[in-house]
Amino acid sequence: MNYRRSYFIVTCIAFGFAFLYVPILSMVVFSFNASKLVTVWDSANSPTLKWYYSLLHNEEILDAAWISLKVAVINASGSVILGTLAGFGLGRFTKFRGRFMLNAMTTAPLVMPEVITGLSLLLLFVALEQTIGWPAGRGITTMTIGHMTFSMAYVTVVVQSRLASFDRALEEAAMDLGARPLKVFFVITLPIILPAILSGWLLAFTLSWDDLVISSFTSGPGSSTLPMVVFSKVRLGVSPEINVLATLTIGVVTLMIVGVSFWMARASRLEKAAA
Amino acid sequence: MKTTPHLRRFGITGRGLVVALPYLWLLLFFVVPFVIVLKISFSDIDLAIPPYKPLLEWIGKYSLAIKLNFNNYVFLFTDSLYLNAMLNSVKVAFISTLLCLLIGYPMAYGIARSKPSTRNILLLLVILPFWTSLLLRVYAWIGLLKANGVINNLLIWSGAIHEPLTMLYTPFAMYVGIVYSYLPFMILPLYANLEKMDWTLLEAAEDLGCRPYQAFYKITLPLSRNGMLAGSMLVFIPAVGEFVIPALLGGPNALMIGRVLWDEFFSNRAWPVASAVAILLLVILVPFMMWYQSVQARESAGAR
Repeated sequence: MNYRRSYFIVTCIAFGFAFLYVPILSMVVFSFNASKLVTVWDSANSPTLKWYYSLLHNEEILDAAWISLKVAVINASGSVILGTLAGFGLGRFTKFRGRFMLNAMTTAPLVMPEVITGLSLLLLFVALEQTIGWPAGRGITTMTIGHMTFSMAYVTVVVQSRLASFDRALEEAAMDLGARPLKVFFVITLPIILPAILSGWLLAFTLSWDDLVISSFTSGPGSSTLPMVVFSKVRLGVSPEINVLATLTIGVVTLMIVGVSFWMARASRLEKAAA
Repeated sequence: MKTTPHLRRFGITGRGLVVALPYLWLLLFFVVPFVIVLKISFSDIDLAIPPYKPLLEWIGKYSLAIKLNFNNYVFLFTDSLYLNAMLNSVKVAFISTLLCLLIGYPMAYGIARSKPSTRNILLLLVILPFWTSLLLRVYAWIGLLKANGVINNLLIWSGAIHEPLTMLYTPFAMYVGIVYSYLPFMILPLYANLEKMDWTLLEAAEDLGCRPYQAFYKITLPLSRNGMLAGSMLVFIPAVGEFVIPALLGGPNALMIGRVLWDEFFSNRAWPVASAVAILLLVILVPFMMWYQSVQARESAGAR
């Protein structure tokens, strides 16, 4: 195979990545700007860390971040269980009653506009409260349920595609040697799909951590998440503290992604070496 | 999976148990809610908590009356606001999808044709923004586009313009925001499709005298049809109902249906109208979702 690329393609790639990264880099740069105007560089007093200091002392943002963190962790853990079960069912059982429906229900949340999902979940919670008294009011629980419903769909896709790419002969060999299906799953399948489960967890965490629309519909008084606080601030215009928040987010995400991809690359090299 | 025979008699099997939990979860929290939305779209607005009237009412001791109210739907079709918002949303989503395809295709193609080592890095660079908060990335454009923002400052400094351009809170800003946010969703399925392509076909075509652009037009483009369709659906469907981007970049006149639904719900507390809007939006989008699912099924069947 040749790796020839025309100048046209190279230019397109360069412009495309510039388009993707200039906004992100501009937030990082201006997070060190002393001026309250954010985008007008105050060269006398910059670079400065003063907005970092003020963000880390902003009670409203810290409280919201704590709520977001709790929701995101519970959501990611729950989504991984539900999504792995669904992904395993769809990836390994070729025929069962309800397969079509399960497939549809795990595909639709990926593209469903969030305003629809959010509204429908809220109306469900209200109806449930009226008829069986649960959930009493809305807050972290209802938000987590809402997040899990769309996050698990993403985990399902990740797990399913990992299951499709690995050699089934390994599972069949274990079964031929007398292992029960449950044992095969825990001894063979689970370790192999573990990277997918881990990236599914991280994906579910991020989706929940970033979610604004579904949270707004399903949250109650006193349970504002970080994106909800950010949205209400951003609606009023730019704010230096949000640039700092963005820079910190980008830093964490970059470290995480680079770390995980190195780990995955190593795992796949080991797998190839073993094969 | 093996289960004891007496359990199996009741239709309980190991396989069934594996899929039962996610199945029931999605049924309860994804499908049932739509039934409730449909129900409430037929009810009357009420000054109560929750702000709608029940559909079922006991009249006397033994008779139950069902009151279906079509007013909300009539209202949607008589007040031009809703239809305009719907049409505008479809238009904006469609144009944004085309722009994503125009920008994303060469990128996906270039990534698929680079060396494996470069390819992984480029792919990582596409995925990275997707993991960073959408809200914050949309926010970044406010800083770039506003009157004393980065772009205007650069243009004035370079002498290209003397007065700042009005870019924020215009349709232009909204398109930029949508294309920017959804571009990775276009590139990734396209890349996945192009990566599987047999490039020797192109070489064969060129050996037989095809010009490179002809080979591209006759071979690469048709073979990547499923990738283009999958990417376009991933952009188009959510973009029709998009709320955050028009709310932050589009200004007060950006009429998008997601925003109308949000305002009906949060500002006007008109839950029945909001539900009717949601149902109308679903009616428009469900065919596209089914199309997307069949494209996905074809893609994974082709991969095996």
